[in-house]
Parts: sequence; structure tokens; C-alpha cells
Amino acid sequence: MNLLHKLEILADAAKYDASCASSGTEKRDSRGRKGGVGSTEGMGICHAYAPDGRCISLLKILLTNACIYDCAYCINRRSSNVRRARFTVDEVVKLTLGFYRRNCIEGLFLSSGIINNPDYTMEQVVGVARSLREVHGFRGYIHLKTIPDADPLLMAEAGKYADRLSINIELPTEPGLARLAPEKSTRDIKRSMARIRLRIDEAQAEKKAPRFAPAGQSTQVIVGADESSDLDIMRMSTNLYGAYGLRRVYYSAFSPIPDASAALPPRAAPLLREHRLYQADWLLRFYGFGVEELATNDAGNMRLDIDPKLAWALAHRALFPIDVNTAPKEMLFRIPGLGVKTAGRLLQVRRYRRLRLDDLARLRLPIAKLMPFVCTADHHPGATLDASHVRAKAMQFELI
Amino acid sequence: MLVSLFLLRSVVLKHVVDFEGWRAAARSLALDHIPPEQTIWSVEEASDLFAETVTAAPQAGAFSVPRGLVDLAETVIQVKDPERFALLYALIWRAHGGEKHILDDVADPLVQRVMRLAQSVRRDTHKMRAFLRFREVTELDATRYVAWFEPDHYIVEANAPFFIRRFATMTWSILTPYRSAHWDGETLRLAPGARAAEVPDDDALEAYWRAYFSSIFNPARLKIAAMVSEMPKKYWRNLPEASAIPDLIRHARERTETMVEAACLSPVRPPRPRVHVPGTRGTPPADTPLQALAAAAAACQRCDLFRHATQTVFGEGPATARLMLVGEQPGDQEDLAGRPFVGPAGQMLNRALIEAGVARETVYVTNAVKHFKFEPRGKRRMHATPNSTEIEICRFWLDQERDLVKPAVIILLGASAARAVLGRAVTIARERGRAIPMGDAKAMVTTHPSYLLRLPDESSQQREFAAMVDDLRTAHAWL
Repeated sequence: MNLLHKLEILADAAKYDASCASSGTEKRDSRGRKGGVGSTEGMGICHAYAPDGRCISLLKILLTNACIYDCAYCINRRSSNVRRARFTVDEVVKLTLGFYRRNCIEGLFLSSGIINNPDYTMEQVVGVARSLREVHGFRGYIHLKTIPDADPLLMAEAGKYADRLSINIELPTEPGLARLAPEKSTRDIKRSMARIRLRIDEAQAEKKAPRFAPAGQSTQVIVGADESSDLDIMRMSTNLYGAYGLRRVYYSAFSPIPDASAALPPRAAPLLREHRLYQADWLLRFYGFGVEELATNDAGNMRLDIDPKLAWALAHRALFPIDVNTAPKEMLFRIPGLGVKTAGRLLQVRRYRRLRLDDLARLRLPIAKLMPFVCTADHHPGATLDASHVRAKAMQFELI
Repeated sequence: MLVSLFLLRSVVLKHVVDFEGWRAAARSLALDHIPPEQTIWSVEEASDLFAETVTAAPQAGAFSVPRGLVDLAETVIQVKDPERFALLYALIWRAHGGEKHILDDVADPLVQRVMRLAQSVRRDTHKMRAFLRFREVTELDATRYVAWFEPDHYIVEANAPFFIRRFATMTWSILTPYRSAHWDGETLRLAPGARAAEVPDDDALEAYWRAYFSSIFNPARLKIAAMVSEMPKKYWRNLPEASAIPDLIRHARERTETMVEAACLSPVRPPRPRVHVPGTRGTPPADTPLQALAAAAAACQRCDLFRHATQTVFGEGPATARLMLVGEQPGDQEDLAGRPFVGPAGQMLNRALIEAGVARETVYVTNAVKHFKFEPRGKRRMHATPNSTEIEICRFWLDQERDLVKPAVIILLGASAARAVLGRAVTIARERGRAIPMGDAKAMVTTHPSYLLRLPDESSQQREFAAMVDDLRTAHAWL
């Protein structure tokens, strides 16, 4: 099989991983070096966008899509009829450097099906990173998918070469994982995340400690492949962020895969649900919301028709309107249509002037969405707000 | 009319991003009290012959403006808009006139406008770093990389250092309609603009990049608007992968439907036997009854605490230990590491043991409850006290540990441990330090080391530490 064909198979196999982030690592570049190439400067760069709207920042491929595991949701499971391919270490290195030199990518996100056993696979994955760093002086970004409970020495080496490590939690609940991924266990996954966290903490706390994944760890969960509710998922995320200091939890709406297992729903989970979960994730991490505050129905799911912040605001109408000239930051964060950044800008500007509607317009805020919820020096929405009217108005500005 | 003409000042800058020239002129104009509406700015050549030309010599009495304003000017000077120099001078004029914090008032119309221009430059800069593509050219015995890019603004000069940092060891040329930048591995040379035709044809790797772009796309998630908003069509003609886009979009639906149909038709092969039992990797082999017990406890789901905790934290120490220490439950660090008493409380305990002359490696250290109970609080996990039901359920493991280790003395650290072993509520202050007979063994109650960590002042901490050391010493003497 030629390299082009392998690339097609092994990129196709990797597209179900949502992460393509290349941000948040240490600063380094290739000035004053004899060979090698690359730099990282904090903010990652999206070098292209696919027609699915997703950023392409890294060369995201599998080393091989052969796998001894049989996870029902995975296109590469051993009982799938998908075509198999396997890169050599040198082929991955060659493609990474070739694309990097042409400014197509920020680096490599390497994952792999499990071949022979977890340690053997991990050794192959680490081998690519080792060659890129040690042999070719590559100073771009490397994200390695690690395998739960791989040998600690291999983990140490992975952390030495990689900017980011990740282990996918896959499904929100333990029974879900046990049913769909018989060879995986939530316990193994959590234990590996815990080990990674301890090493990252150690590397950050002590200068002399060996380098270890300066861009932290992340994970991914598939939404809609099992019965888990939004509430289950948000609780899981809160737990993962708190326990293992994850940089990100990625939500991936289950989408049908070729040659899917009969254990799965044949239809895609709504992408809107994934979008709502990302919105909720942001509210939990940056806006001071708690999981139990986010409105869910009896089944524990958020509404799809409106975003979770608007849903919260409509459920707490008595707290509105909020005066943008006097409200504390935490309350500004609760206003539908205001983000962390724009709220910060309002705080800054109101030191110099009493905010009026046209000030908000100049700051390019979504005035029509804000109006029912805020007062300014020249605007008050009135005491009797018709809820359905507010909703209808706000919904016009909802991104779908 | 004549008077106003006479008052106009013309500033001629050397090139489109002549920041130093602009800065010197702005300084001298402000010191001369020339308002922005009386300035005319141009590049290379004076545009108004009636205007007086400013000399380059800076005037004495320089003044300062906020650093942020200088940074902003360095960005906005790259805007492809002849008005940029005057707009920036207007900001300097107002800052010099007393509005020191002018940039903080982002709702001010002038500030707003300049900020938006800056944003436009930043966006253009970002797109250049993202969408510029080099082609590899082999010339004689050297390899050169050449790129063609069409920026919206004059951003080549300011962006060259980025490409130098990233591609320092390569020889490259970036060609744009207004400027070219050439890097030979050591020095940067700026030259006039170029034409797209000067970039060599397709290099072999572009087919691979297109293949990657096409394969990483998920047809089940078509979101064309999202792609176009981030990667506007004007960039497509210079992106090797963009030629694949129309076909990818056209066949997306059909590919998704094929997937779904295949899903319904595909025969499910009988899975082969499992490779290993999940949850057992990394568990040490069970050679002794105590190790077998630890392995069994690793899978414990007797109460709900396992759901949120990372792992069972089982006891640790020699099976022949004569002294057993029982704590309450693992904390955050213990939960991550999978070992008892390794966090801050564990360090406190280690110090107390050393002080009391007890070698920790001779002691069996365990907890009443084997999973970490906590409340999520923002990005932290706050310790939550296990209730009597959880303690009672987990006694299943503690009782077996006691049966296997058969310690002569059991030290109970805190109320939860005391409840677990003595089976009743205990007030530490009342019962601490005395021997409580337990069949062949003796138990003693003392404070939990984390209690010491919570004490507010150092003197009470020292007092409690000493009392704890005394208790440990006493208990050790019973052996």
C-alpha cells in the first residue's frame, strides 16, 4: 500500500477525535539552531478549516487502525470490516515535517489502535515523538493519545516529548463504557489521568523535575451513543476538571460510522446537543455557574431550542433587568448576550461614563438580545415582561 | 482660507509602515500644538505642495503616552488606509492634551474606530500565519521554500520575525503584491512586491495535504458556513487544499447515507475473547492473602463513593506489622496516587512518627473508608466527611485487614477511624491516649493529622502536634 493511501485511511480513522488544539504550551522556537524546525508561542493556529467547520491545526492521524479492542462506537474496533493500514515511524515523521515546513500544520496529534498489547502500542507512539524531537529537532506541537495504564517509564517519555497528553474517557458513565467497550474500564482511565496529573503538577512545582506535558491533558466523551443525560455528562466533566486538572473536555456527538456495531443507534446525535454541552461547559468553567443551576428537564437534559444561559435567565426572571452601570461582575456574567470578555469591557468603560444603549452598540454587543435583560442610563425594559416574547426575541440571535 | 492652508503641516513617511518616522513626526507636531485636522500624512512623496514639511530632527521636551497607545499604533500603522497616520496622531494629540487613559474608554468613537482597525490587522496577521503555504523548490544543491500570500494590510514586515522564529533553519521567500521578504537562514531582506506567477508550481506533497484535508473531514457534520466564516473564500485560491472543498460538500450527504445503510447491513462478527480483564492492569499480583484482599478491594462498589473517586486506596505496610494506624479516608492526593497518607496530612503524620521514634515502614497504615469522598468546588475537590453508613459498609475491608495483620496495637486517628473500629461515636478529647482493650490487642484514640492542619495559629498547632507525638510514643511503648 502506498503512503498516500495509508494517509487517507489513517486520517479517516482519526477524524472522530474532536481535539485539534495546539495552544497553551511553553514558548520555544528554532532560532540559533543547526537543524530542525518549529516554534510554539502560546496561541495555536488553525491552518485550515474542513467543510465540517472544524479547525485543522494538527496532523491528526492514527499510527495504525488495527486494534485488538472491540469498542462498539469505534470504527477501528476489531470486529469492523474497515480497511486496515499501518504507518512506520519514519513515514509519520516524514509527513509531519513535510507538512510543517509548508506551514500546513502546528504539529502532530498521534493516536493509535491497540496492537499486540498496550505497552507495545505506547512504545510505537512514543517512538514517533522521540524521533521528531531527538533526531529531527522538531520544536512544533505534539499531542499524544496515551493508553490507559501503559508502563510508567513510557508515560514519562511521552510526557517528555509531548506538549499535551490525552486519554479519552469515551462514555459518561461506567456502565455505559462496560457495555460498549468491554476491554476498557473507567477505573483504568481515571487512574491514568490521576497519574498524569501528579506528574504535571510535579513538573510545574519543581524546576528540576523532568519536563512533562506543559500543555496539560484533555479528554473526549462521546455524546448520544448511550443513555447518559446532559446532567450525567456535566457532573462527569466537573469531576474530571476538579480531579485531574484537565485543560479541556471535548464533547463529540455520536455520528454514524461505517460498518457500525448493532449495539449503537444508527442515527447521529443532534450536533445541537453537543453545542449546548460546550456552552454549559463554558458556563461552568468561566461564568461561575454550578451544575445544579443549569436547567434540565426530568430526564436531566438541557433544552435544545435555547442556550443554557438564556434558559437560566428565563427561569430566574425576577433577577432581571440587571443594571449594567452598577451590577457586579458576577451578575454581568449572568446576562444572556454578554460574555466574559464583553462584561470585562463594560466594567472598564463604566469607570468613565454611564453606559447608554448606543455605547453598547458601539461595543458591538447584541443589543436586541440584551435589551429585555438590562437597564442602561436611557433604557429600562419595563416591569411586565412577556416571557414568550423575550424568548422569541432572544432566539432570533441564537447560533445554530 | 489662505490662513488655514498656511497652517497645514505635511508629513512624508519613508514607507508604508514607517513607524519611527510617524512617531518622530507625531511627537514634534504635538509639541508644536498642531491639531490633527491640520496635518497631512503621506508616504514617500508630499501630496500637498502648499504645505510646510516637517524636518526629521526631534524637538526637545519629549512627552510620554501610555505604553498601550504605542503598541496600538505599531499595530494600526499596518492598516491599508491612508487615514491611519492621522487617526493615530489624533489619539496622541488627545493623550498629550490630558486624556492619559483615553484607551480605557473603549466606547469613545475614535478609540472604537482605531481598536477596530487594530483588530482587522490582528485578524489579517493571524490569517497570514495560518493560510500562507510554502512550496518546496529544489535549486542546485539547496532547498528553498517560496510562498505567495495576499494580505489585506501591510503586515509582511511585522510578521517576518514570526516566520523567522518558526522556520529559522530554512531558506524561504514570502512574496506579496506590495512586499517580499527573503530569509537565507541568517538575515532578512525586504524587497518590493512580486507577482503570483513568480511562485513555482505545485510541489509533490500538496497532493498528500489535499488527501489529508479530504480524509479528516467528517461528512456527517457538514457546516459550510462555519468553515467559510473562519476561512473566507478569498483565501481559497492560494490554498492547495481548497480545490477539494466543492467535491467534499457535493458528496457529503451521499457518503453519510452510505454509512448509515452500511451500519444496518453489516454482519456483526462474533468478537474474540477479551484480551484482559478490565480494571486489573497495574494491580500487583496477589501472592499473599493481604495482596489478594487489596486486589478484591480495587473493584469495590459496595457503596456509591467509587463513582466519583479515582480508585480504592487500600492499606499499606507489612502484613506482620505489630502497629496499625487507621485514618478516616484518602484525600485528594491519596486518591490520585492510590496510596494512603501521601498528601499534606500524610506529611504531618510522617513528622509525628519520626518525632515519636516510630519507623513508618514497620507500620500498617490504612483508612476507615477506602474511597475519597468530596464535594466539587470550582476546580477543586473539597473533603467531605464519610457518614456512618459508608463507614459501616467499608468496615468489610478494615475488619479483614485487621484479621490478616493482627496488630498488637491499633492507633485510631480521629473520630471516623474510632467509629469504624470501636463501633460507637467517640469524643477524641475525652478518650485520647488511653488503652482500650480489643481482645488480644489494644486500641488508642488520638487526633487526625489533618485536624492539626486546620488549626489557625502556630502555637496551638505545636501544642497539638506535641500531644499527638506523646500519644504515638505511648502506643508504641505498648508493643
